Amino acid sequence: MSAENPIPLWEVFIRARSGLPHKHCGSVHAHDATMAVQAARDVYTRRGDSVSIWVVPSHVIVASDPNDKDQLFEPTSTKAYRHPTFYDIPDDVGHM
Amino acid sequence: MPDRAATFAYALALADDALVLGHRLSEWSSHGPTLEEDIALSNLGLDLIGQARFFYTLAGEVEGKGRSEDDLAYFRDASDYRNLLIVELPRGDFAFTMARQFLYAAFMHPYFDALSRCAEPRLADIAAKAVKEMAYHVRHTGEWMVRLGDGTDESRRRITDALDTIWGYTGEMFEMTPPEHALLSAGIAPDRTAIRPLWDRTIDHVLREAGLERPADRYMQTGGRTGLHTEHLGHMLAEMQSLARAHPGATW
Repeated sequence: MSAENPIPLWEVFIRARSGLPHKHCGSVHAHDATMAVQAARDVYTRRGDSVSIWVVPSHVIVASDPNDKDQLFEPTSTKAYRHPTFYDIPDDVGHM
Repeated sequence: MPDRAATFAYALALADDALVLGHRLSEWSSHGPTLEEDIALSNLGLDLIGQARFFYTLAGEVEGKGRSEDDLAYFRDASDYRNLLIVELPRGDFAFTMARQFLYAAFMHPYFDALSRCAEPRLADIAAKAVKEMAYHVRHTGEWMVRLGDGTDESRRRITDALDTIWGYTGEMFEMTPPEHALLSAGIAPDRTAIRPLWDRTIDHVLREAGLERPADRYMQTGGRTGLHTEHLGHMLAEMQSLARAHPGATW
C-alpha cells in the first residue's frame, strides 16, 4: 500500500433494474477482482436499487483524446436531422 | 407454549450479541484502512444494529412492561447484558476484527437459517432477514481471512495472533442457556450444538484456503450469558450509552 505499489483502481458499473444497461457510477480501489466486486457492493449499492455489478480494471479502458473533440464531436452539431423529432406521432401511440 | 420470561431472555441475548458487535464495528468508522473497507465495516455494523433493534423491540413487546428498544439498549448496565464474550472484546487491529467477525458470522449464518424455520413467527421473520446479511459477512470476512493468511509476513503474523486470541471465546457460541433449552423443546430456539458441524466446515474450508492452522481447542471462556463479562464491556457501554443517559428521551 505504498506510493510505489498503489492499490489497483477499478471502474464500477451498476445495473439498477433488469432490462436497464449497467451504468458507470464511480471507481474503487481493490487488490483483485473479487474484492473489487465486494468494495463496489459496499460503496455503491448501499441505498438499494441494484441487481448487478460489473467491475473493470481502470487501466484497460481506452479513452478518446480530449484534444480530438472538435473532429470527433463538433460535426454532429449541425446535423439536427439525426434526431428522431420530425415525425408526427399518432395519438393512439400514447406517451413515447 | 414456553413462558414469556424465556422468550424475553432469549430475544434479549440475541439483541445484545448483535448490538455489542455492531458497536465494535462502528468504532472503525473513519479509521478503516481504505475508504472502501471503512464503508464495508460500517455496513457490517449497521446490519447488526438493525438486527439488534428488531430483537430488542420484540423483547420489549414480549416482556409487556412498556420497555422500548432504547430502554433496553441504553439503560441496562454491563451486568445486565447477556451477550457472548466474543463480541465485546475490543476491536483490536484489522486482522482481529476480521477474524472475530468471520468466526461469529460463520456461526450465526446457519443459526439464523435454523431460526428462520422456527415456530415463533416474529423470531422467524427477523432471522429470515438476518440470514442474508450473515451470508455476506461470511463471504466478506472469509475473503479477507484468505488474503491476510496468504498475504505478507506481517498480515500472516497478525491473523495468526488474532485467531489464537479469539479461539478461546468461540466455545460459548455453542452453549445452551436454560431459556434456550425451554424454547428448544417448544420448537423455537435452534440447538446450538447442532450448528457445530456446519461451523467447522466453513472454518476449515477458509483456513485451508488461507494456509492457516486451526488453533487447538483448549479451555473456553464463558460467562456472558449470565452477566459475567470481561472488563471491556463496561467501558464500551459507558461510551455507547452516555448520550442517551445525558439526554433521556432525546430524538433526532
